[in-house]
Amino acid sequence: MAGIFLILRQILLLSLVSAAVFALMKVSPVDPVDAYLGPAIAHVSPEQKAQIAASWGIDRPAHEQFLAWAGHLLSGDPGHSTTYNAPVLQVLGDRIGPSLALAGGAWALSGLLGFALGLLAVAAGGWTDRVIRLYCYVLAATPTFWLAMLLLMVFSVRLGWTPICCAGPVGLPPEEVSFAQKLHHLALPLTALTLFGVAQIALHTRVKLAEVMQSDYVLMARAQGAGQWDIIWHHGMRNAALPAVTALMASVGEMIGGSILAEQVFAWPGLGRATVDAGMKGDVPLLLAIALLTTLVVSGGNLMADRLYTRLDPRMSGR
Amino acid sequence: MLSIRHLSLRFRRYQGLLRQSQVTRLSDLSLDVAAGEVLAVAGASGAGKSLLAHAILGLLPPNAITEGAITFQGRRIDQGCPPGLRGRRIALVPQQISHLDPLARVGDQLTWALRRTKAKGAPVEILARFGLGPEVLRLYPRHLSGGMARRVLLAMVSAAAPDLLIADEPTAGLDPENRDMVLALLRGHATRGGAVLLITHDLAAALPFSDRVALLRDGELCGMEDARDFTGTGTGAALCSPFARALWRALPGNGFDANA
Repeated sequence: MAGIFLILRQILLLSLVSAAVFALMKVSPVDPVDAYLGPAIAHVSPEQKAQIAASWGIDRPAHEQFLAWAGHLLSGDPGHSTTYNAPVLQVLGDRIGPSLALAGGAWALSGLLGFALGLLAVAAGGWTDRVIRLYCYVLAATPTFWLAMLLLMVFSVRLGWTPICCAGPVGLPPEEVSFAQKLHHLALPLTALTLFGVAQIALHTRVKLAEVMQSDYVLMARAQGAGQWDIIWHHGMRNAALPAVTALMASVGEMIGGSILAEQVFAWPGLGRATVDAGMKGDVPLLLAIALLTTLVVSGGNLMADRLYTRLDPRMSGR
Repeated sequence: MLSIRHLSLRFRRYQGLLRQSQVTRLSDLSLDVAAGEVLAVAGASGAGKSLLAHAILGLLPPNAITEGAITFQGRRIDQGCPPGLRGRRIALVPQQISHLDPLARVGDQLTWALRRTKAKGAPVEILARFGLGPEVLRLYPRHLSGGMARRVLLAMVSAAAPDLLIADEPTAGLDPENRDMVLALLRGHATRGGAVLLITHDLAAALPFSDRVALLRDGELCGMEDARDFTGTGTGAALCSPFARALWRALPGNGFDANA
């Protein structure tokens, strides 16, 4: 019963998101045909433009277009991307790997590092705590794209340690890029996005752990002769994990938003850049597909948080 | 076993950025607890009873300043309780269920307690000593009743067979039956040669199980009485200090006379 409700809710969410994205694209001033033609528009007559529009089906009323798209989607075909002149599925397939490596990697790393940093701040206290806190406040107030540009200037331009752009050496076909080269190109974008995510998790962990350290059960552990790390290992991590997981799952959306900016700055061939391209060129099928995928990932993250709660805190499972 | 001489306890507080002030919470406190004895420490809330317990165990926050001497079995412990003593020779019997980690099973917490205090024995056997079955090991603290939680806490504390038990309000919130069960367990510890510092505000309940009573008011010791002298409805004439007599007469059943 709960499962059916969940699926219905998910379908409703996806329909609403796709309708909203579609409506926004329709009121946007970008004309897909003009954007598609680019400078070549000078050589194309209005009749030819109308022909292109007709072959894409965008001369029909908006609701008909939407229903036609929905019908195709239900039969498993999300359409054709005008930006990349390829099926949407193929565009997604090409770009989901780099995106997962960047956004997924940064998400996991920021969770681990943030949690560890939060624990360290409370465990060490004093100056360590102050430095970590200051670092988190500064990072939380730093825009991702600015941080990304700063990293590029320092590590790629001045020091020359990391490549300036892309997921592989310029000119090399993606399938010939070695794993080491991939890592080398991933390092800087991943760092930028991880640094962005760490602050929130660290601050949430730190606050909860500080509260735990004042609790009666920690006093009891101290009275038993337990040391600081013993207490953090057995009581601190367990009790601080819940807010950390909440913050981490809630940050899925922010991480995707951040990855759009980071991919733009580093010219990373992921879904984030495809989103920007699709938006600039009025590529409705691609944008809709990315929006639906993102919706699934974000709502899936929240769902996972709900499920994890009951594992982490037995009080939530009603057992 | 435990001897406290001229113990004073103050807290540093910052007022604004630079100005410091000190708040005195215990002043010039001296008392002894001998082996085989239950010393009840009674007083109202805020009298400094729990702080006394924390001072002995070295669990005070960093802004606390202590003066005076605390000696345990001939060793000075006022500058921090040595690791070998805390939990193993001196143990805290805490007040309530919140002293158990809400997210960990009783069995795990008991195992950690054993490891921390270097105690031997299996968790099942230790629980059995306190009348709890092996099924309790799998429970979380919220499954425990008040009486069960108290027994679990006592089991955790007593596994290392400490010499001195510091019981901080061990009976708060318990029904008379469970309260007497806990107090009898503490009494039994003293009878076997240990010592108990029993911090309580429920003097009437603690009296049958105590040898002596230290009365604390606003951080000062204002009476050290023999528990047997708290007798005779009404007068409490055998008591030495005026505060003890006033306290005795204020108890329900002895006139309820707070102004006498």
